Amino acid sequence: MILNTIYILWLRQLKRYWRSRARMLGSLGQPILFLVALGFGFGPIYEKAGGGNYINFLAPGVITMSILFTAMFTGIELIWDRQFGFLKETLVAPVSRLSIFVGRTLGGATVACAQGIIVFLITLLIGFRPVSYSMLPIAILFMFLIGLLFTALGTAIATFMQDMQAFPIIINFIIMPLFFLSGALFPIDNVPEGLALTARFNPLSYGVDGLRAALSSSTHFGIPMDILILAGSTALLFGLGAYFFSKIQI
Amino acid sequence: MAIGKNDNKKDKMIKVKNLTKKFNSFTAVNNISFSVNKGQLFAFLGPNGAGKTTTIKMLTTLLNPTKGTITINGSDSSTQKNEVRKSFGIVFQDSSLDDELTAYENMDFHGILYNIPSKLRKERIEELLKFVGLWDRKDDFVKKFSGGMKRRLEIARGLVHHPKILFLDEPTAGLDPQTRNSMWEYLKQLSKKESMTVFFTTHYMEEAEKVAEMVAIIDQGKIIATGNPNVLKTRTGTSSLEEAFLKLTGKSIREEESSGIETMRQHKRMWGR
Repeated sequence: MILNTIYILWLRQLKRYWRSRARMLGSLGQPILFLVALGFGFGPIYEKAGGGNYINFLAPGVITMSILFTAMFTGIELIWDRQFGFLKETLVAPVSRLSIFVGRTLGGATVACAQGIIVFLITLLIGFRPVSYSMLPIAILFMFLIGLLFTALGTAIATFMQDMQAFPIIINFIIMPLFFLSGALFPIDNVPEGLALTARFNPLSYGVDGLRAALSSSTHFGIPMDILILAGSTALLFGLGAYFFSKIQI
Repeated sequence: MAIGKNDNKKDKMIKVKNLTKKFNSFTAVNNISFSVNKGQLFAFLGPNGAGKTTTIKMLTTLLNPTKGTITINGSDSSTQKNEVRKSFGIVFQDSSLDDELTAYENMDFHGILYNIPSKLRKERIEELLKFVGLWDRKDDFVKKFSGGMKRRLEIARGLVHHPKILFLDEPTAGLDPQTRNSMWEYLKQLSKKESMTVFFTTHYMEEAEKVAEMVAIIDQGKIIATGNPNVLKTRTGTSSLEEAFLKLTGKSIREEESSGIETMRQHKRMWGR
């Protein structure tokens, strides 16, 4: 029963994603721009400074970015469903709010993860070569965890909001610092202490680092630490999101 | 004695006692009490902003009351929410379909949420979609449907789990007389056959007069009259329910605050989603 509910809400999310392919393609523009402009732009300097191949460093960061954006903006679907009534249909059904939240969030995370895999394929076209394809399952695990964490966060924020205009503004306000202060674009090994400390308290840093460990086998925190922090913050935000979701009144 | 008492309890499908809902300092629903019998067709009438939709939201567990108790099919709506939810179906005032899914997928989604076994689900969906004349459109996306088709689909969806109570919030708004008539014919039949209680709101007084066995009129959050349409007409000395309604609620036009949904609708059209 609970599994059926989770499954059908998950499936709905996937169908909606698959059916709006224009949106899917449109959201690939930004990661491609980052890969091309930053990757090829900073590549020569990065190499001269002794950092090695910048595309190899940057690719996991850009994959993470696309997952972060897709996941956070999943929250807007909640506002959409609330305004256009579909949320009511699920809230009057004899199923627990928790299972509805879990289904929605798993759906959003799966979509974000799929988006991440598409960007991964694009990075291959641009010249990224993973160190070993045997680590791909670990990489996908990290992609999914990042998706789950930020879908839960986006949905939790959306439970407080009634209108769609404010949501992108608030989300961008959160996404930008999360992304730029995560080590997605530069190594956090030798940066000033303040920046390193900020990165340390940013859950996304562990996602980027884990994905980079799996794909490019360079890591700052180490995979066990990455998984621990990422899973811990996912559990925390998942719980918070579920709680706020259960309190929704229409 | 105990059995008799129990039966009596069961005959009342909806029992509302001292129900109040306040939004900050505004009292939308003010200490109302009423009950609806099993199998009854009950019209809940009132001018715009009288508190009809707020009451329906509380009856259907979407909104918590500020005060008072609601018993639906013998279960308390604040402590036994799931029991309550199992026993009713609802057609909302605004569409609550998923536009990006097909008609069949919307029905199937509902059936799965209400835990109806796959074979039975298929049978019922086919039967209901045929009844509302949408079977040959079952694989079309809902976003391609007209307002009337959406309404019919919503009614069909609300019946998939064979509810004991059906709530309809202005179900016939924007429907042509043909659809309206066949809809009520079907609902009356179903109500008789399955002893289904129908609780509805409408602004069409002649419809309420024709269909309802019992009427409650709410104005400014308070119930000001209840009874059979004929009783209300006799009491007010009028010849139609519409006149009785106007006599009871006055002729001034009411203001209702918009929820911003109209702006959203415009955006929806603009973005073409």
